[in-house]
Amino acid sequence: MPRPGFVLEVDRSTPPILTWHGEGFRLERLPAERSRVIYAPEPVAALDDPDQAVQDALLHPLGDSPPLPDLLRPGMRLTIAFDDISLPLPPMQKPDNRQRVIEAVLEMAAAAGVDDVVLICALALHRRMTEAELRHAVGDRVYDSFAPHGLLLQHDAEDPDGLVHLGQTDKGEDVEINKRAAESDLIVYVNINLVAMDGGHKSVATGLASYRSLRHHHNVKTMRHSRSFMDQEHSELHSSNWRMGRLIAAAGVKVFQIETTLNNDTFPKQMAFLQKREWEWSGRDRATYLATSKSLSRTPPKLARSIFQSIKAPHAMTGVYAGEVEAVHAATTAAVYEQQLVSVEGQTDVAIFGLPHVCPYNVNSIMNPILVMCMGLGYLFNLYRGKPIVRQGGVAILSHPTPWAFHPVHHPSYIDFFEEVLSETTDPIEIEKTYEERFATDEWYRHLYRTSHAYHGVHPFYMWYWGAHALEHLGDVIIVGGDPAAVRRLGFSPATTLTDALEMASDTVGRHPTISHFHCPPIMLADVS
Amino acid sequence: MLREALGGRRIGITGATGFLGTALAERFLRAVPDCEIALLVRPGRRGPADRVRREILRNNCFDRLREELGADFDATMDRRIKVMAGDVGEDGLGLDDAGRELLAGCSTVIHSAATVSFDSPLDRAVEINLLGPSRVAAALNQLHDRQQHDRQQHDRQQHDRQQHDGQPAGAKPHLIAVSTAYVAGSRRGQVPEAVLPETPWATELAWRPEVAAARRARSDADAASREPKMLDTFRAKARAELGAAGTPLLAARSEKFREEWVDERMVTIGKARAQGLGWPDAYAYTKSLGERALLDTRGDLPLTIVRPSIIEAAMEEPHPGWIRGFRMADPVIIGYARGLLREFPGIPEGVIDVIPVDMVVATIMAVAARGPQEDNVPDVFHSASGARNPLRYRQLVDLVQEWFTEHPLADSRDQPISVPEWSFPGRHRVQRQLGRAANALGTAEKVLQALPLRGKQADLAARLEERRDEAERALSYVELYGAYTETEAIFGLDRLLALWDGLPAEDQADFGFDPAAIDWPHFCHDVYLPSVVAHARVRLAPSGAGTKKRSGKGATGLTREERGRRAVLAPERHLAVFDLENTLIASNVVDSYSWLATRHLDDADRVRFVARTLREAPRLLALDRADRGDFLRYFYRRYEGAPIDRLSADGWELFSDMVLTKSFPAGIRRVREHRALGHKTLLITGALDVVIDPLRPLFDDVVCAKLGQKNGRFNGELIEAPPTGEARAILMADYAKANGLELEQSVAYADSASDLPMLEVVGHPVAVNPETKLAAIARKRGWHVEHWPKSPGATRPPLPIGPRLATAKGWVAGSTPR
Repeated sequence: MPRPGFVLEVDRSTPPILTWHGEGFRLERLPAERSRVIYAPEPVAALDDPDQAVQDALLHPLGDSPPLPDLLRPGMRLTIAFDDISLPLPPMQKPDNRQRVIEAVLEMAAAAGVDDVVLICALALHRRMTEAELRHAVGDRVYDSFAPHGLLLQHDAEDPDGLVHLGQTDKGEDVEINKRAAESDLIVYVNINLVAMDGGHKSVATGLASYRSLRHHHNVKTMRHSRSFMDQEHSELHSSNWRMGRLIAAAGVKVFQIETTLNNDTFPKQMAFLQKREWEWSGRDRATYLATSKSLSRTPPKLARSIFQSIKAPHAMTGVYAGEVEAVHAATTAAVYEQQLVSVEGQTDVAIFGLPHVCPYNVNSIMNPILVMCMGLGYLFNLYRGKPIVRQGGVAILSHPTPWAFHPVHHPSYIDFFEEVLSETTDPIEIEKTYEERFATDEWYRHLYRTSHAYHGVHPFYMWYWGAHALEHLGDVIIVGGDPAAVRRLGFSPATTLTDALEMASDTVGRHPTISHFHCPPIMLADVS
Repeated sequence: MLREALGGRRIGITGATGFLGTALAERFLRAVPDCEIALLVRPGRRGPADRVRREILRNNCFDRLREELGADFDATMDRRIKVMAGDVGEDGLGLDDAGRELLAGCSTVIHSAATVSFDSPLDRAVEINLLGPSRVAAALNQLHDRQQHDRQQHDRQQHDRQQHDGQPAGAKPHLIAVSTAYVAGSRRGQVPEAVLPETPWATELAWRPEVAAARRARSDADAASREPKMLDTFRAKARAELGAAGTPLLAARSEKFREEWVDERMVTIGKARAQGLGWPDAYAYTKSLGERALLDTRGDLPLTIVRPSIIEAAMEEPHPGWIRGFRMADPVIIGYARGLLREFPGIPEGVIDVIPVDMVVATIMAVAARGPQEDNVPDVFHSASGARNPLRYRQLVDLVQEWFTEHPLADSRDQPISVPEWSFPGRHRVQRQLGRAANALGTAEKVLQALPLRGKQADLAARLEERRDEAERALSYVELYGAYTETEAIFGLDRLLALWDGLPAEDQADFGFDPAAIDWPHFCHDVYLPSVVAHARVRLAPSGAGTKKRSGKGATGLTREERGRRAVLAPERHLAVFDLENTLIASNVVDSYSWLATRHLDDADRVRFVARTLREAPRLLALDRADRGDFLRYFYRRYEGAPIDRLSADGWELFSDMVLTKSFPAGIRRVREHRALGHKTLLITGALDVVIDPLRPLFDDVVCAKLGQKNGRFNGELIEAPPTGEARAILMADYAKANGLELEQSVAYADSASDLPMLEVVGHPVAVNPETKLAAIARKRGWHVEHWPKSPGATRPPLPIGPRLATAKGWVAGSTPR
């Protein structure tokens, strides 16, 4: 029986706490009597036979939906959409959930004599995946049967001939999605629900949408009213997607939703200490920690990055739910909560977030300064239900090397955003008003997004909006161990050590602040009362 | 009194673009409000009036007058300055009718034109310094004779003509020839203010044969430089400097080396001849013979000779410390302050005869006001300090050392450079010491030149070259100057002081030239050294008190880099041309070929491919260095038989996998900045179209290499000449013409000396991550330099090998197609 999440009150006997720092980690001693550490629940049990579970889910769907085989007939157009490289994190060991599910769906389609089948990677405005990444996600068999015939596509949100406008919601939001998908007799959408934000109507309404459609919920106002976007009951992001999803359904687009959940078994056995509580470290764990951090300190950053990029998580499938979108998503969300929810009592003055090497937008890439901001203030800060773990006006301390470095292929518009936009202002409203359109409609970025492997020109703006709620909420943001110039460009304060950072924080929150250390990864969701 | 005497007259001045000449012109204009000056100026490219405006009036010498006159400055200058196009190096001064008329109207002509550098080629020094004064005298005599002739005709017609300055008709103008105190040669003891033949050491050296010999030496040296062996050396040197820059550029450069060689030879000959005859250098020697020639040829032209010693920064007028050009002592002083020069030869108690420029100017004005000696006997004045207010070498050294200890220069890390204790060694030891420094720097530079460096390191090499130039210059000045610090001559000032005593008190106050008035410590510390440092554009250490110039920021508050960037991104530019390889991406045609060729190979073939390419690498590199166009032709033959469809498709993979990965994001942003400003953007590259296609949307237009095809496969031959070297310049000219653009308003970005043709043809060249040769050239010519890094965020494979595909099938010769 896995142990639930846990909040440790730090006292004098508490060992130093592991704090992620990009491609590495540090052990940090926290002030006694006023600090606490929030630990994730232990991984829940995996499904004994995931393939059988997939079969069962497809044959016994939830909500108002017939079993999948009943929806399949010869001569129909079937589109299977699936989540892109941003899920899960880190990428999971083979076979990937998507491969298991897609193979099962394809078998049923073949049995039903469906021959117009197209696979679409629902990447929204993310970068196109490479062949190797696609092979990893869907498996070689699927890839080799579809890709050479041009039947494995990647959604192109800028293809003027590849989109269809389905109408506007009652709030005036445009709904424009992938034409092939919209004009299919059935969309089967295959999800990996790593966090509570994923899935539901967001799958199609966001994953297969265009910029014209996305801008209605990917903006500062929506993000400031999503508290948090991990809590769909209180998330304007989700409300908007739900309106769009219902409009899509009303427009006659049929979606058969398949959602899969994973446990939070994040690191391979050799690195098991990364998800253990420090006072339970064995001699072997301590030795591994020492050896790892020592060798990492001597490893050039590029090499360290490729070592970390090669980590494949032993995530195991814990559930699979299929059928009507909303019914499926309710079941999935409950399962996600079961794995991730940690009860936390009240807020503290300071929150410490150690940032790991990977976020949704730098798989096989580098976490550039904008992604550092997004990972810290967008994702980790928002992993709460109820209230943020840090109080209004409090301080967030992020730990990450924050190098002034970008991936020239994946993040070209980020480079210019950092040089041209952040050098002028860091205010999300001002940024949205003055710069978004130019980047979003830039021909060169459009070209790179469509033909190379670049995130859309507007994507860095979304990263900044993702942190807008935190920016509004917090009194100060300090980054420990970052490149000072890059940190200042972000509008934050650089500190060399955690001790310095806490000292600096005292200007904002007083001499003896209370502190939360959010011990993530593994991913969890703080249920703050 | 002086003002009244000079008022209403027209004063002719030669050499007004020089240090003394500029000061003279300014002082006349400012101090004598109603005189007119006529300047004899070589026409230059844009005509003499333009030269006067640019090279004289814009000099900060005129700042004070400009301020005094305010808005009237331009109009007043137009009215009071007459410009004569001419050249003292030509017989008859090369004057046109207008010039002749202007010159004829001068009541006083001050001849200050000279080649003052101690190391000018002998024949040039002869033409200017030796023959120049006689030519001026001859022209004045001739003009006067013609005027007399005209006057007689007019008289016959019962007309009476008034001359411009109301001079009595028939008086010849007064020629004041500026010579040098060192015409006496390397001698000891008193030197009187007397014409040379009257001095005790009058040599009987005839000047005419010396002129003939100098001219003959020039043609001999020229003939020697045209020997095939010599020409080969020049060509090799040009190639070493420029690399594969194309024939026209290499030819131009090697011709320049030839001319330089001839000049250097003439310098050597001049020095040898001068020293053989007892002068320290060709300057003093030609000046000395020039005085003799003038005496021989002047006829009855009224003549005064003014002989200044070493002219240095102004004490008061037009403002303290004013200086023009790099003066003689400056490189030595800067070399010392930089720590390059530890010692300077000299005798501690020896006299350094320095005279501030405004004192020389005042002397000449006093002479002009007084007019020629009454009996028309040529008159001589020294303008020197040694006899009356000597500056001892020991004192000068102490003053310099004190000042630089207080105001040290900054080294490259902004740390103060401490100046060495000065000993007083013999000249030869110092020469050895400096020679060693220059050699060591030269060797380091050669090593760096040979390495394939780019960007910052190449910049370092360029700086090293500059440093070596500095050491060499200091060395040459030690050689040249040594004689002057060791001079033990004392220049008599009796006549000068008599002139001084004859001046009314008011003139003495305004036109001081009594050297007793110089307070040496004040002059060195507060006037001269700050001026030298400001002039040399060196940085003082931040801690230095009273630092005025810092961090290389100009009046606009921008750094040099920012100014350069602003200039290339100015809205009025309208075309930006980019090279690709190493300018926008850190890659080349060999890389892209290897990537494309290995894309479909299996592991064993990949290994063979890499081994073969490595084996070939040195030969390819050599070919590339020799001629880029030939290299491309040779290299692209490898594409023979390659399937076009597949290469085009692979080109898009290459784009993400290599081109973008190795790109310089700042460079790509620059292209986009130009487009956003409405400039046309043009990419010129020797890379193939299949590689370039994905980049097309970045530019308005692209010129690249294209291969011929047959049956869906490349035939390995280029359709047209590859756009390399000078072909680029032609291409850009055609492009500009076709689009109605001017290259003068265009910007070009390139990384290597082989791109010189495209850089030289535009008004705003930018060297991007320049390799060593281009770095040196850019530095010398003041081109904007950009250092664009690769983005550190991408993981790049060590070899340019295409990622493996499941279906391996190659088209590369030697691989096994399956």
